[in-house]
Amino acid sequence: MPESITISVTVNSRRYERAVEPRTLLIHFLRDALGLTGSHVGCETSLCGACTVLVDGAATKACTLLAAQADGRAVTTIEGLAQDGALHPVQEQLWHHHGVQCGYCTSGMVLAAVALLEREPSPTDAQIRAGLKGNLCRCTGYANIVDAVHAAAAALAAR
Amino acid sequence: MYPAPFSYVRVASVAEALAALAEHPDGRFLAGGHSLLPALKLRLAEPAVLIDIGRVAELQGITQVGSTLRIGSLATHDQVASSDTVCAGARLLAEACAKVGDAAVRNWGTLGGNLAHADPASDPPPALVAAGARLELQSSVGQRWVAADQFFSDLFLTALASDEIITAVEVPAAGARTGSAYLKHPHPASGYAVCGAAAVVTLDGAGRCESARLAIGGVGPVPVAIDLAALSGEVPEQAGVDAALADIEIADPLSDPYASADYRIRLARVLGRRAMLLAAQRAVA
Repeated sequence: MPESITISVTVNSRRYERAVEPRTLLIHFLRDALGLTGSHVGCETSLCGACTVLVDGAATKACTLLAAQADGRAVTTIEGLAQDGALHPVQEQLWHHHGVQCGYCTSGMVLAAVALLEREPSPTDAQIRAGLKGNLCRCTGYANIVDAVHAAAAALAAR
Repeated sequence: MYPAPFSYVRVASVAEALAALAEHPDGRFLAGGHSLLPALKLRLAEPAVLIDIGRVAELQGITQVGSTLRIGSLATHDQVASSDTVCAGARLLAEACAKVGDAAVRNWGTLGGNLAHADPASDPPPALVAAGARLELQSSVGQRWVAADQFFSDLFLTALASDEIITAVEVPAAGARTGSAYLKHPHPASGYAVCGAAAVVTLDGAGRCESARLAIGGVGPVPVAIDLAALSGEVPEQAGVDAALADIEIADPLSDPYASADYRIRLARVLGRRAMLLAAQRAVA
C-alpha cells in the first residue's frame, strides 16, 4: 500500500477529510476524490490556468499544489461561486459578453477574475490583462473576456 | 502527471526543518513548490521525502531594521512585489518579483525557493545582485551569510550546502539620491527572462554618478554584475552609458533557437542602458 496522509480541506464551505497519497495534487484531489470536475486539467505545468481555484482567497494553480499544502485551508472552486441559484457576476457577464466559447479555460478564468476583482475592484484594461496573464484562452482572443470583467466590476460595485 | 511517490513531513520551525533534513539527507524542502513540483512532475527530481516548510512562521515577513530590509525566505513574490517597505527601499526587487510568472504563481512561489532553485532565467537573482543583497543561511551548526553575487555557482547550482536552509535575504535599503529599476525581455511563450537588467544608481548633488551597479540575468548561467567604473563621476546619459556597456562580457552565454548568445548580449546592452537611465532618473525624482 502506498503511504497515505490524512488531510482536511474546506471546499466551497464544506469540510472534507480524506486520506491521500502525499503526491496527490490539489487538482486531482478536487476532481477525483471529491468529484468536483469543474476545475480542469490543462497543461499540468502551471502555464495555462485551466485548473485555477482560490486557496484562502488567493488564485492558485491547483495542478502545482499538493493537496497536503491545502490541508486546513479553504478552497473555492467554480462549483462554489453561484449563490442560491444565481450566477456570480463574473459568470453572468462572461455569458452576456460571449467571453466563453469551448469553455475549457472558463472555470479557471472565472476564479482568476474573481481574485483580480477582489483585489482591484475597478481595474483598467491593462490590469485585467495582467491579472489574467496566467489564464490562456485559445478561442475568444480575450477581448470579450476583458469586457466581461469590466462589466462584472460594475455589477459588483452596484451591489 | 504525477510525481514519483515520496514521503511528506510538515515542520513548524527552522530547528525542526534542519532536524528533518538531517534525518532524511535525500529529502528536499518544499516551500511554495512552484519550481519544485513542476520538476517532480517531469521526474527531473525524485526526492524520497518532501519536508514542507511552507508554514514555518519564523521564515515569513518583511521588515526594515535601520537601513537593511530583511525578507523572510518564505515571502511570496506577490508579498515582496506589493510590500511598501520593498517598494520604497529596493524598488528593483519589487519590480523583479512582480515580473515572475503570473498572479497565481506569485501567490505561492517564494523568494527563498526561487533563489535555491537558481533558474538562470529568473527575475529576482539579478535584482539582488545589483542591490548588493546577502542571503542568510542556517545549518544545525550555525548561521552564515553569502553575498548574492557569490551565491549562484552555475545553472541551477548554488552555494547552499546540503545541510543548510535559506532563512532570509537582507537587502540594503536605498539611501538618498538613489534610484533603481528592473527591466525584462520575457520569452513570448514561457514568460521567463531572455534578458533581465537590474540597476542601482546613486548620484551626487551635481547629478553625477557616485555609484552605479548593474546586473544582468538570463544571459549567462548565473546573474552577472557589470563593471561600471567608467561611469563614476559622469552624468548618466545615453552615450556614456552605451560606451560603458559596449564591451560587456558575459561568460558562457546561453543560446537557444529563440535567442542566440549574440542576441542576448545585445539585449543586455539595450536593457542595461534603459535600466541604468531609468534608475538615474528615479535617483533625481
